[in-house]
Amino acid sequence: MSIVTVQLGQCGNQIGFEVFDALFNDSHCPGGLCSKRENEAYQASCKERFFSEEENGVPVARAVLVDMERKVISQTLSKAARSGRWKYGQHSCFCQKQGSGNNWAYGYSVHGPRHKESIMNLIQKEVEKCDSLSGFFIIMSMAGGTGSGLGAFVTQNLQDQYSSALKMNHIIWPYGTGEVIVQNYNSILTLSHLYRSSDALLVHENDAVHKICAKLMNIKQISFCDINQVLAHQLGSVFQPTYSREGSFHYRRNPLGDLMENLVPHPEFKMLGVRNIPQMSENSLAYSTFTWAGLLKHLRQMLISNAKMEEGIDWQVRPPLSGLPPLGKMSVNKETHFNTSIANLVILRGKDVHSADVGHHRALKRVLCAEHLKIQLSILPG
Amino acid sequence: MTQSVVVQVGQCGNQIGCCFWDLALREHAAVNKKGIYDEAISSFFRNVDTRVVGDGGNISKGKICSLKARAVLIDMEEGVVNEILQGPLRDVFDRTGSGLGTFLLKVLKDEFPEVYRFVTSIYPSGEDDVITSPYNSILAMKELNEHADCVLPIDNQSLFDIISKIDLMMNSGKLGAAIKPKSLVTSSTGVFKKRQEKPFDAMNNIVANLLLNLTSSARFEGSLNMDLNEIIMNLVPFPQLHYLVSSLTPLYTLADVNIPPRRLDQMFSDAFSKDHQLIRADPKHSLYLACALMVRGNVQISDLRRNIERLKPSLQFVSWNQEGWKTSLCSVPPVGHSHSLLALANNTCVKPTFIDLRERFIRLYKKKAHLHHYLQIEGMEESCFTEAVSSLSALIQEYNQLDATKSMPVEDLPRLNIAM
Repeated sequence: MSIVTVQLGQCGNQIGFEVFDALFNDSHCPGGLCSKRENEAYQASCKERFFSEEENGVPVARAVLVDMERKVISQTLSKAARSGRWKYGQHSCFCQKQGSGNNWAYGYSVHGPRHKESIMNLIQKEVEKCDSLSGFFIIMSMAGGTGSGLGAFVTQNLQDQYSSALKMNHIIWPYGTGEVIVQNYNSILTLSHLYRSSDALLVHENDAVHKICAKLMNIKQISFCDINQVLAHQLGSVFQPTYSREGSFHYRRNPLGDLMENLVPHPEFKMLGVRNIPQMSENSLAYSTFTWAGLLKHLRQMLISNAKMEEGIDWQVRPPLSGLPPLGKMSVNKETHFNTSIANLVILRGKDVHSADVGHHRALKRVLCAEHLKIQLSILPG
Repeated sequence: MTQSVVVQVGQCGNQIGCCFWDLALREHAAVNKKGIYDEAISSFFRNVDTRVVGDGGNISKGKICSLKARAVLIDMEEGVVNEILQGPLRDVFDRTGSGLGTFLLKVLKDEFPEVYRFVTSIYPSGEDDVITSPYNSILAMKELNEHADCVLPIDNQSLFDIISKIDLMMNSGKLGAAIKPKSLVTSSTGVFKKRQEKPFDAMNNIVANLLLNLTSSARFEGSLNMDLNEIIMNLVPFPQLHYLVSSLTPLYTLADVNIPPRRLDQMFSDAFSKDHQLIRADPKHSLYLACALMVRGNVQISDLRRNIERLKPSLQFVSWNQEGWKTSLCSVPPVGHSHSLLALANNTCVKPTFIDLRERFIRLYKKKAHLHHYLQIEGMEESCFTEAVSSLSALIQEYNQLDATKSMPVEDLPRLNIAM
């Protein structure tokens, strides 16, 4: 089953390019640990999900690119074409000239209705190319005008028009110290709308990914390209094919379905996050060795201590001995904070994966390193 | 990416405009090697086949044929405009009519209400050559208050100080080694033959550079684009408070002086120093309502973040906007530099400038000096003056109210958190 990606605004389009690039490069990576037959099966599964075939053999990303001004889309299209290995459809873009001015209202109430037909037509065309649709993956930022406002509008329309298809929105949480002054307005407006119309919200925080680039990837001068590549790597590990019950050579067909089924048990709780381990630069890989036991231990501690990366983990945090405290006595005190989650999915990829012991997490063997989120609003007294 | 129309009014406006078009051509020539009429250049120029008369001559794609500036030149007398139309840039302007003033702002607002109106206005300095300038300024301020979306005030004294400092650096022996007599920032050797240096040329070039940097992110690619409408959206919290203090770095080309390139972080510090501001004001001791940093060249998001963290503690932000930064990254640096920074601040430090203007106005108006020249023109009454000064007083009062909140403790509301 296929996923149709909708890339919105500068952020959405820049990330989208890195995601498709990562997915393609991963599935066409030479060498590796597997047999040729295994590699081909993996490639075919990835292709089915994310790329369609064009006449001259160059795979075309199953994506629709939308922006209210031209520059970013032109750049994205040419970067993809230049790689020579995959590309975007020539007619899969929609742009205008005036931008959204960081104004959510422009995106939602002006550009949305005005261009609804054109955008939905483009999406329809892409959907028709799929033999079977798993759902939509919508990439957008919350701070700007197009991604946030138009993204909210498009998601709503997707809900109306494709009520049986799943929708996952990938939202970028802006930097705490501000990149857009009105980002707080735009973000709250976006979240409130998406909560009603989307099926799952996968969140990436700029601050967190920035730290990963600084501390783990050892990048001195971090650019948005670096940040997007780390993001794409994390998304790739979520969306690339995983084994079905039959095991080797057979991959699961419905990626979005799997994620939702495991991670969104109740429609009110739909915010998701990703944790990836190990995360490091190519250079450091040569000097590292890993074991499943070690990785899983770190990952679990990252989860329960609410750490976003494998450095600086607080090992003092332990689960309370007698299980969860009764509701009335929930401590808001951060020191004893043990992260409780509603659902978790761990995905394991690599050598001897069947030997990995996921222990007392009663999870299925192929699960995602993501866990379910609760939103915690601190209300100040007085 | 949008297209903009530049309206040049009066002697000052037209002289600045002339410098601006010269620099704009040079900037695009440096980036656009193939001579193709692309999106970037279409922001300020039309591509026209001069052999065809009328609208049919407009060409939207392909090779550059003949570029026409998207400009309207207005003056009450022909001298300056004629000089431009006979000079080296004559083929860049179509011939247009003459005549209006800040009246133009209202006309533009009525005709094109959805189009943003950016105004760079030159404020008179202490020693001014025009005696009635206080009257003119106050009357103009009223129009700016009501009909402009955003005003970038600039004063001649600051520009003059900047030029003096550059000259000082050029001429002082401290820097050693070869130095060229003319900085690229303060003079334009131009796309065409070098023209005679006119007075004010050096100062006008600085303003021209400001305009180029302001629009760079809209014209050229970058990892975090910012269009003109975003400037207004983010930097104008209330419609009346739309006066932005601008500062530009670097102010001289590295090619011209043989000093080692300043560290990137120094560029950010410079932007917040008074030496680089285009208006005399003291933002560090006043209240910031919002601040925008528009960076050009090889600067990445981590550099930007690091410097914001570093500079933030020394700046006072208003209580409802403690993290009020708008940032943009454009990959294309200005000609002759590896990177540059334009900082736009909406800060209460513009208040003294307005108070000063009002004092000078009141001194003249109390005696009704020179008033009869204005009143004998049809349509002009004393009420115009009183309305203008009360409009300015209202503006000053708004800034006062904000300043009063300056030293109040800020409530520390926690950020919306996702517990993961």
